[in-house]
Amino acid sequence: MNVWQLPRIRKNAFAIWHRNLLVWKRLIGPAMVLNFGEPTLYLLGLGFGLGFFIGEMGDMPYIAFLASGIVASSAMTTASFEGMYSVFTRMVPQRTYEAIMATPTDIDDILAGEMLWCATKSLISAVAILIVAFFLDVVHGWQVIFVIPVVFLIGLCFAGPAIVMSSLASNYDFFNYYFVLVITPMFIVSGVFYPVSTLPELMQTAVQFLPLPHAVALTRPLVTGQELTQPVLHLTVLAVYAVVSYYIAVVMVRKKLLI
Amino acid sequence: MNNTDPIITAKQLEKHYGDYVAVAGIDFTIPRGKCFGFLGPNGAGKTTTLRMLLGLTPFSSGELSVFDMPIPDRSREIRARIGTVPQADNLDPDFTIVENLRMYARYFGLKLDAALEQRIDTLLDFASLTERRNARTDTLSGGMQRRLTIARALINDPDLIILDEPTTGLDPQARHVIWSRLNELRDQGKTLLLTTHYMEEAERLCDELVIMDHGKILDQGSPAELIKRHVEPEVIELRGCDKETVNAVRSKVTDCRMEHLGNSLYCYTHDSGPQLEYLRSEHDLTFMHRPAGLEDVFLKLTGRELRD
Repeated sequence: MNVWQLPRIRKNAFAIWHRNLLVWKRLIGPAMVLNFGEPTLYLLGLGFGLGFFIGEMGDMPYIAFLASGIVASSAMTTASFEGMYSVFTRMVPQRTYEAIMATPTDIDDILAGEMLWCATKSLISAVAILIVAFFLDVVHGWQVIFVIPVVFLIGLCFAGPAIVMSSLASNYDFFNYYFVLVITPMFIVSGVFYPVSTLPELMQTAVQFLPLPHAVALTRPLVTGQELTQPVLHLTVLAVYAVVSYYIAVVMVRKKLLI
Repeated sequence: MNNTDPIITAKQLEKHYGDYVAVAGIDFTIPRGKCFGFLGPNGAGKTTTLRMLLGLTPFSSGELSVFDMPIPDRSREIRARIGTVPQADNLDPDFTIVENLRMYARYFGLKLDAALEQRIDTLLDFASLTERRNARTDTLSGGMQRRLTIARALINDPDLIILDEPTTGLDPQARHVIWSRLNELRDQGKTLLLTTHYMEEAERLCDELVIMDHGKILDQGSPAELIKRHVEPEVIELRGCDKETVNAVRSKVTDCRMEHLGNSLYCYTHDSGPQLEYLRSEHDLTFMHRPAGLEDVFLKLTGRELRD
């Protein structure tokens, strides 16, 4: 079989998604503490603490600016963690994929299911943040409902690259490179903590090639009730990242496991 | 497709990794409804061959078909009708026994309905795991994990069951239980395909087998045929021999083929009468007289040097 062959996704992908859901449900307690605890601390600490000095940013209270950005960045980190540590565990030490690949469910389905699951976890974490933000009186308007599909797409967009990292990794320490060199810098420059427009001009252009600024550009107006600008562009960037990274992940995992 | 057609046909099947030849152009056909074995030392190419049959290792050249369907084009359809027991257990540690079976059924695209639950009950009974159905897999002994892996391989009611060293690492009791279960499966008309380096396992279970080494098939036949073809029917084995004894025995005992391994001396013969007479007269020699077995064939064909 040619490793570059285009993937075909079948309904077996949902079996993988279902597997992960069952495992998650078993550990729902600690998962919820993480999902609600972290954003609450961030928003209270940074939003109110730093917000006291900053006042307004981008025509809104700093806590609203921060909350509407963190919805996107938390979708990113959630999908990245799941796509690296959890996927790697199932792919290598736990040999779960080896067991699944002896059935009609193949790598194309497994990775599609994993990406759907990563996106589901992104969605859960974003909803938790929205609930916290709602009680902090940050959420304005019914259009906030559209954050849910957007966050799912953000999850897909970051799950693919994370799974590519899993296919390259020989141990867990390898993921430090990706976090320190890619995720953390992106977190800092993508408009989560301050507007992208305050960056030097060259940087402003450069960050447009990253997915996170586009994700923030969608979640911020949807959460705070401002007007969306260029939604088609932002959605397209996220979708292209998701599709291309899925394809690369499938090729890489085929090379790693079909030997 | 009728019942006399082979279930697997391989022609000039070859697998290279760079310059290393794992499987060197082998031909074989595997009959339906029998237990077929691949016997060979470590690194002989047994596992690679099994992985190629599942469509999990792309082969370098040759042809391979299972159930009259070509690999790799129809691997998914083929896998739907195969049950696999891998060399190392890969049960899902996040689930209980019964959840492992249910989840595996999902990977085969089976519906989680009452019929499946009934099937799971039957399989748990078959694997003698009914009472542990809600136990986590990491609390099971090696033998139990193996039985669960075999039960899992049967969840899709496969026509062909592939087992890669099914009893490696198990204690004798657990091994006998596995053997009796595998015999039951064959009696039900399933085709079994197994690799092993245990001669006893091959002799007990396999109707037919191939001996593999260095990626090649050295011979194919039933255990009895192979023994008849390659070695003399009787063996006298002398243990604890020093060099002097070896030389003394060699000068006195004639009319047999001798092999010297470590501090044992093997004497292969068609008629052991004269040799035994001499050996009985030498009271300080410890020896054993037995019929030749698959191990003698195996060592003759694959040599006696250490494999890693």
